[in-house]
Amino acid sequence: MNATTRNRLVAVAALAVAAAGLGVIAFGNLGENLVYYWSPQEMLDQGSKAHGPTIRLGGVVKSGTIEWEADKTALSFRVAQDDAEDAVSVIVHSRETPPQMFRDGIGVVVEGTYSAAGIFESNRLMVNHSNEYRPPEEGEKRDWKETLSESSSAAVTP
Amino acid sequence: MSLGHLGYAFVLAGLVSAGFGAVVGIAGGLRRRPSTLRWALWATFAFGAFMLAANLTMEVGLLTDDFSIRYVSQVGSTQTPTVFKIVALWSALEGSILFWGLVLGAYLTAFAFLHRRDEPVYVSLALGVMLAVATFFAFLIAGPANPFEVLPNPPLDGPGPNPLLQNHILMVIHPPMLYLGYVGMTVPFGVALAALLKGEISPSWMVPLRQWTLVAWIFLTVGIILGAWWAYAVLGWGGYWAWDPVENASLLPWLTATAFIHSTMVQERKRMLKLWTISLALASFVLTILGTFMTRSGVFNSVHSFTQSDIGPTFLVFIGILLVACIALLAARGHLLVAEDHINAPVSRETTILLNNLLFAALTFVVLVGTLHPLIAEGLFDKRVSVGAPYFNRLTLPFWVTVLFLMGVGPMLPWGRADATKVRQQFVIPALVSLVTVGIALALGLRGFYPLAVFGLAAFVTVITLRELWIPIRGRMKDGREGLWAATVGSAGRARRRFGGYVVHLGVVMIAVAVAASSAYVTHTSATLKPGQSFTLDGHTLRFEGLVTGKEPHREFVAGRLTFTPRDGGSTLELLPRMNYYETSTDPVGTPAVHETLREDVYVSLLAFDGKGHSASFNAWTFPLVSWIWWSIPLLVLGCAISLWPSRRSKAKAAAAPAAAPGSDALEKGAA
Repeated sequence: MNATTRNRLVAVAALAVAAAGLGVIAFGNLGENLVYYWSPQEMLDQGSKAHGPTIRLGGVVKSGTIEWEADKTALSFRVAQDDAEDAVSVIVHSRETPPQMFRDGIGVVVEGTYSAAGIFESNRLMVNHSNEYRPPEEGEKRDWKETLSESSSAAVTP
Repeated sequence: MSLGHLGYAFVLAGLVSAGFGAVVGIAGGLRRRPSTLRWALWATFAFGAFMLAANLTMEVGLLTDDFSIRYVSQVGSTQTPTVFKIVALWSALEGSILFWGLVLGAYLTAFAFLHRRDEPVYVSLALGVMLAVATFFAFLIAGPANPFEVLPNPPLDGPGPNPLLQNHILMVIHPPMLYLGYVGMTVPFGVALAALLKGEISPSWMVPLRQWTLVAWIFLTVGIILGAWWAYAVLGWGGYWAWDPVENASLLPWLTATAFIHSTMVQERKRMLKLWTISLALASFVLTILGTFMTRSGVFNSVHSFTQSDIGPTFLVFIGILLVACIALLAARGHLLVAEDHINAPVSRETTILLNNLLFAALTFVVLVGTLHPLIAEGLFDKRVSVGAPYFNRLTLPFWVTVLFLMGVGPMLPWGRADATKVRQQFVIPALVSLVTVGIALALGLRGFYPLAVFGLAAFVTVITLRELWIPIRGRMKDGREGLWAATVGSAGRARRRFGGYVVHLGVVMIAVAVAASSAYVTHTSATLKPGQSFTLDGHTLRFEGLVTGKEPHREFVAGRLTFTPRDGGSTLELLPRMNYYETSTDPVGTPAVHETLREDVYVSLLAFDGKGHSASFNAWTFPLVSWIWWSIPLLVLGCAISLWPSRRSKAKAAAAPAAAPGSDALEKGAA
């Protein structure tokens, strides 16, 4: 084994160690930073495993559960599995002002953590953009002009 | 015959030309028959012409609202303003693949024209490989993503392009830039594979490889920055980069292409790293295809995947073929690419470039793992997960900072063995300036390890880069008694690649400083106000005056009028964050109001409003220095233009064969 070959071997070994180290670090960090996409049912099925990790909880806003205190920027509502009357749902607390489209029955995704007390603490609230791109159907959604003129009966807008 | 049939006929003709050219080019090249080059050239020109014709046909369809073409019925609308009708070509999947075909045709035509008199076997093989890629895309357009399908019962009107794409003028230029970057990687891929197929890389063949990669690189870079700017100016969530899979998809080939641009210098000077350099060129292309797959097949649920499609499997097969072909060729021909030298000085320019390459490889790995993990988790374990931004930030930050450090050290060190005393002398001033910068930042009350490290290193790199640029200029001014301008132009002309590279480095320093400052010292407030009430944001005052409504040709809007008083009490101005309502969309699309200064951006978005009480809710941020990210574009483009500028020797040749196509400056032959 001459000097060049030895050097090359040392270099390859060093690279292999560095690559393995990077792999371990990358995959290690991956686990800690995973965000789980769950529906209310799926999250409840996880049991105690759902307490701790960051979760994106997707579902629909259960009708009649929106409580908004503008002066304290405190929002509370239930995210339900679907729009059925008896669907499984989870209480969500948020410190955010709800966006314009937020209303009863709309699809939402909240990101946050689920406490052992059974409350989902959200730090990010996203309303599902209907990715379908089409004109609103009759009676499907109120016109913005109505929103502007009507009273805030649906408790949508603060 | 309807417009749709005509367009489809052009696509089929393009497919046939590309397929024919691929077979002839590769087979003729492998048999070393120079005479077949002529056929490959004509096939390339035909492909380019048919793609142009197909795209023009689609534009005619869009502009004349011909809803019998399925694509027009999906994205067209009689209400859409003309400019958005034109750009509707790339506003949805099928059209964007068609546009891809046009860009590919333009690149291939330019390459064929500029290199038609080069070594015929090389050019024949390169064109053959590029046309094989073109065959795949023409097949996509003709089959799985056919935009020209003719509807038997055309609708009277269509929905118009996605409102998010109609919302900002940046959307007109961001996608073409990104496409020019993505598609441009096809050319270095073809050049590199031609070298592997032929089994040798002559130094003269490395020149087009390097230059075409740089052409694609600058478009990709500008495309990524414009995309970040668009996200910032349109989406209204108060940021420009979210480590979204689609953003990562554009970053991955950028990382490998950047590594390539650096390693090619070692390859050229020291005749080392040949296999590695070629691999980087191949990887950049494969990653652009992977990126397109991720963006366009709808496998990721992100804002960019506007449509679900069935092009996914076709892409996966193509990626598989690419990987097998590349690895097989590298394995079969790798032994021909042996290093003729080795690194004999641990502290030298080549070592820093080697380190730079290792860092970029590590960055690529980390980003790739984080991006693909959700796909693998869902595909194999049926788990829906995503990888949070903290993963990318925490893991890539140390690498970015080290790369910044190397950007200073590399240019300071000579090729080969360095004189220790001299290096130490050169190190003193930049290091001092760097320390003073950190001191000033601390005195201003700025804290945090990473931002301060970035500021210090940015000063370090800037001093070294400016000195490297200045020394030859000063030399010319002293010895040649030239004026400042003449000396600058003269020294830039003598070593264009070095000079241009350093100008690009200065642009990168701007980005580094802007990213560090805007993410470390961001401030955020949200408030719900009645007219007349105000809130403060990092010392500034914003008073809500009331809601206004308005109408534009293709949309109506509601805006919250805010009077902005700067913290130093200067003159007030009006900010109008708004929410746009498109005729054809169920949901409003917001547009934030941004007050931009060199020092900081004040960024306000309208979150919600209530007509009855006339109150409105706002999200507001200040982002220090953030606009420096976009204002780095002129420096980056200038640097690349200097690097690619034709040398005097080849100018005569360029004049003899005037070229109008992009990349015409790539005529430079081995100079610099």
